[in-house]
Amino acid sequence: MKFLKNRIINFIFPMVIFISGCATTPVEHILDLSANQLKLRSIQTRSFDTSDKERMMRSVIATLQDLEFVVNKADDELGIVTGTKFVGNQVLKITVIVRPKNDKQLLVRANAQLGIKSLDAPEPYQDFFDALSKAVFLTAQNID
Amino acid sequence: MRIKSLSLGTVLILFCLSLTGCVTTARINALKLSPDSLKNREVESRQFDTKDELQVLLATANVLQDMGFTLTEIEKDLGVIVGSKERDATVPGQVAMAAFADILCAAAGTSSNALAMTDAVQSILVSCVTRRNLEGNKIVVRVTFQRVIFNQMQQVSRLETINDPKIYQGFFEKLSKSIFLEANKI
Repeated sequence: MKFLKNRIINFIFPMVIFISGCATTPVEHILDLSANQLKLRSIQTRSFDTSDKERMMRSVIATLQDLEFVVNKADDELGIVTGTKFVGNQVLKITVIVRPKNDKQLLVRANAQLGIKSLDAPEPYQDFFDALSKAVFLTAQNID
Repeated sequence: MRIKSLSLGTVLILFCLSLTGCVTTARINALKLSPDSLKNREVESRQFDTKDELQVLLATANVLQDMGFTLTEIEKDLGVIVGSKERDATVPGQVAMAAFADILCAAAGTSSNALAMTDAVQSILVSCVTRRNLEGNKIVVRVTFQRVIFNQMQQVSRLETINDPKIYQGFFEKLSKSIFLEANKI
């Protein structure tokens, strides 16, 4: 009897806590903020020495097409472009936002997710901004 | 025996490492330009001898409608049109093979669900973008197609980017005609 009691405490009880833990996790992801939010923002953002937003938007669209994305949405006024691409059996989604930093500069921020995970590594964004720089004939500058 | 189990363990570890390696590479190279990007751009783009971007955009919308696409997004200031359509994706040969496999399994006393896994519906997405060429005297149209194929159980069975040059050539032939008709107001 004691043995059974021990078993319940040692095994079944932690198991129940473990399972109920799993059940509550997904909802919490909705407002996820990564610990390195500032770092992520700087990885995903570059500034460009131009104030021509339309030209920048068109270059972003051309770059996405070069990267084999299909453009899903584009809004000139808000400066938002979204695209999707199939990588094997996973979907790669990207949103790019262009907004003025000051009178002479634009900020471009890209964020992407592959499958069910966001892309947080600096390399893919560096590749994207390299391609965008070539398309727009301007240098992408890191933000502070 | 010990050597055997050791080598099996090594193989398993190496296999796991190679799998995680693949995943990381896919993530790291997710936004890298592929070596084929120039070739793809050529296949997916055509220049039209006009300066009127709006007219080309209108002609593109007409062609997409002719092909049965529903336009889901239009941004004329950026020259973007997005459309989609759902069509039948059943392949008679595939269905026959699956039915045959199911019957064989039933005869052998096991169950199989091959028929439910056959292609049923395809959802096709098209995105067209117009822009001026570098000299500013012509309009370039670039079009890209994607499709998602669902099986009989309405699960996604395949994701495909369409790269067949014939599809693009066919589209641009239709677009050329439409631009001509549009220009001559026919």
